[in-house]
Amino acid sequence: MNGSPLLAAFRRDVLQAWRRRADWLTTFFFFVIVVSLFPLGVGPEPEMLKTMAPGILWVAALLAAMLSLPRVYGTDYADGTLEQLVLAPQPLAMLVLAKTVAHWLLSGLPLALMAPVLGLQFGLEGEPLTVLFWSLLLGTPCLSFIGGVGAALTLGVRGGGVLVALLVLPLYIPVLIFGAGAVQAVATGTGAGGHLSLLGACLCIAAALSPWATSAALRVSLE
Amino acid sequence: MNLFKFSSPQTFYPLAGRLAPLFWGLAAVLGAVGLYIGFFVAPTDFQQGDSYRIIFIHVPAAWMSMFLYLVMAVWAAVGLVLNTRLSSMMATALAPTGALMTFIALWTGSLWGRPTWGTWWVWDARLTSELILLFLYIGFMALHASIDEPRRADKAAAILAIVGVVNVPIIYFSVKWWNTLHQGSSVSLTKSPSMAATMLAGMLVMALAFWMYSIAAGLTRVRSIILERERNSAWAGAMQEN
Repeated sequence: MNGSPLLAAFRRDVLQAWRRRADWLTTFFFFVIVVSLFPLGVGPEPEMLKTMAPGILWVAALLAAMLSLPRVYGTDYADGTLEQLVLAPQPLAMLVLAKTVAHWLLSGLPLALMAPVLGLQFGLEGEPLTVLFWSLLLGTPCLSFIGGVGAALTLGVRGGGVLVALLVLPLYIPVLIFGAGAVQAVATGTGAGGHLSLLGACLCIAAALSPWATSAALRVSLE
Repeated sequence: MNLFKFSSPQTFYPLAGRLAPLFWGLAAVLGAVGLYIGFFVAPTDFQQGDSYRIIFIHVPAAWMSMFLYLVMAVWAAVGLVLNTRLSSMMATALAPTGALMTFIALWTGSLWGRPTWGTWWVWDARLTSELILLFLYIGFMALHASIDEPRRADKAAAILAIVGVVNVPIIYFSVKWWNTLHQGSSVSLTKSPSMAATMLAGMLVMALAFWMYSIAAGLTRVRSIILERERNSAWAGAMQEN
């Protein structure tokens, strides 16, 4: 019984997103387009693209995750659903957790699944490509968790869309370093284990703490 | 004497008004002494010549930039937990000073790097994390500025500051490891030659001067914030008429 409101909140978000598929596909295609712009900007030399690939894919993932943030609480805030969630007897942090997982499933997971294909375009092969997938799989939930705090803080704020970038991107830096570092480490032959472990540690901290911060921020925004 | 008496903006305003000139004075005297030691007493460095003398500005600014973020976050957290208005006002008052210190540290570091390392900027762990600290300050101020209602702005900015404090060590270590992974020991800040006693003395005096300046600037700014926010209260109105 205890898990069902959590599951309901999760299902509601996924269902809404499914009915408005175009919203989430925009973020996905943004990721693909940004990644494709880099070879056009820096030139098609395969060796250079290969070394730049992890950084490019990860920075693009960061930007895509950030762009999808306003939608997590934005519509619920606009139509009053968020107030009902705050008033609900269930702990707000749990509902936030459910919404964050839904957000990751809709915006983070597609990026992780698409990344190996884009990696192939940059000449990544074999183990680096696998590590790229795993690093994004571990890293994108971090982005959803950390970003949730920024999304909640900027609800109903003037210029919220740009502001959220200013708040969230500096906090994304460790995820970027460990994520892109994992792929580079395996490409240079030092092994990605350390980076992936640190990425996992980031995920643990973010998953444990960010729902509390997000729910505190939501309460402030609804005052 | 009950110190909590001064947790109300009305009683703190005159106290800050009395204390601020004291700290301004201390900052000026200590700054003059520190600069005198720095420019005339401290010996010329045998490796870097006179260019090292920017250390007397650079290092205190870098120390204050990190310390002030912590102080700001503590005031913001106190304001969030105890719901005291003055604490949040203190946090808001300290943010611009902290950002200024971070900027000075980056600027002087760049000026120092040109003659000693031959480049304006390296992606060294300390420089990079100082840059990120500047972003965190800017984020705090931008969030506070974009919310019109002051109390809501205080609380939202407080949450951001607390999240930032949790993240600062993670950011610092991630940048440090990233740096050791990418570039070798082309530049080493940690292996500095042991410092002459007068250099250390000058640096400590300058650090105290920066400290006093930060307190003075914080008190002066918090007075403006108090007046701005309390302009509709009876005591602030009465003061304007006098």
